[in-house]
Amino acid sequence: MPRKVVITGLGATTPIGGDVPTMWANSLKGVSGARTIEADWVAKFELPVTFAAQIATPASEVLARVEAKRMDPSTQFAVVASREAWRDSGIEEVDKDRLAVAFATGIGGVWTLLDAWDTLREKGPRRVLPMTVPMLMPNGPAAAVSLDLGARAGAHTPVSACASGTEALHQGLELIRSGKADVVVCGGAEAAIHPMPIAAFAAMQALSRRNDEPELASRPYDKGRDGFVMGEGAGALVIEAEEHALARGARIYAELGGTSVTADAYHITAPDPEGLGATRALKAALFDARAQAEDVVHVNAHATSTPVGDKPEYTALKAALGAHIDQVAVSATKSQTGHLLGASGAVEAVMTVLAIHERKAPVTINLDDQDPEIPLDVVTAPRDLPSGDIVALSNSFGFGGHNAVIVLRNV
Amino acid sequence: MASNEEILAGLAEIVNEETGLAPESVELDKSFTDDLDIDSISMMTIVVNAEEKFGVRIPDEEVKNLKTVGDAVTFISGAQA
Repeated sequence: MPRKVVITGLGATTPIGGDVPTMWANSLKGVSGARTIEADWVAKFELPVTFAAQIATPASEVLARVEAKRMDPSTQFAVVASREAWRDSGIEEVDKDRLAVAFATGIGGVWTLLDAWDTLREKGPRRVLPMTVPMLMPNGPAAAVSLDLGARAGAHTPVSACASGTEALHQGLELIRSGKADVVVCGGAEAAIHPMPIAAFAAMQALSRRNDEPELASRPYDKGRDGFVMGEGAGALVIEAEEHALARGARIYAELGGTSVTADAYHITAPDPEGLGATRALKAALFDARAQAEDVVHVNAHATSTPVGDKPEYTALKAALGAHIDQVAVSATKSQTGHLLGASGAVEAVMTVLAIHERKAPVTINLDDQDPEIPLDVVTAPRDLPSGDIVALSNSFGFGGHNAVIVLRNV
Repeated sequence: MASNEEILAGLAEIVNEETGLAPESVELDKSFTDDLDIDSISMMTIVVNAEEKFGVRIPDEEVKNLKTVGDAVTFISGAQA
């Protein structure tokens, strides 16, 4: 048997809460983090999409000015979330040579990159900040978390678009199982609410255009869904070899039972309509966790609210779980948070861990008229999960055909 | 034309902005690296901000000679003339 891995610390900074307790309370209430963007660049560039789900608590309110100045917003979010997760884990002493980081991002330091380009064009090369390169590099969040905690067993950055955050947990699990680390701070961060990515995502018709009703725009599984809502923030989880956690008497939220990552090899952006890659990921993750389809009581779905994306995930869930899918409480929390891209898997993992620990499934908002082609049992009002041994899944899929699944179970 | 006192005060402000160090800790005999713990990346940011503030040019090859705050004040003062 591989080493058992448990989750002992949680952190998040998101559009529906600047920390885990706030986010979790809101996710059970059902609130929308989407708002009209109050920035002059929306009108300046005549953006076709004028809203997003921006962070609830600006990082500048949490970090010291001088430290924030040397970090891209994506790294700021990573540091805020990982500090919360680390405090929450209660770890006081750890062998730093056995402490690793797996912190993902989908896009990296896009604000820094584009600000530097503006500076170059407007003021010349002398004014391009010397910190530009370390701030824009996609491994910036992982490196900053490693520096902050003194983690020396490696700092990794899985990059698989919107599957990145979930892939970080996959990587963390592998690091502990293979004996390369005892504790890993896993997570994902994204800060891409900038006019260029908005223009680019809008160009591919991926974003909702419900500009007059931002809070109603993210509506997974609803017949009226017309695209996803850009979100930003970070999620972080301290995962730990079970024997390490037990030795220090840690509070254990859940077991990270198994993970899987597959690739569609079908199309660069479109999901395989039959969901074959996602099905293989689901089956492999359950196998990895030695879990049966019948054990699953809850799924935090990827469900971004795009017309083409939500259905293949249902097809895959049905293929992997069979008729048991009708017994599973499915939550689409992007209806509340928007789509945090490379951070989404980490934030949703935090929610799924809490769903197991508190035995409550977070709610899906804006589901007024469920798409009859996706007959899932969607959680639209707070719902208790059953007692006894339970398993929950969190799915993430990314442009490039990336499929990542984690399997969590109670302890 | 800024006096040496004005240059020192201006540098202290720039150093504070970049590193958070108290402006009064930026004294003429302090070494940027050994006393103020300023790394090469912060030093370059300080240099570029000083260029803008005092309207001078500090060539890259000159930066390594600016070991103390006093060296920087002297260079900037001379470059203004």
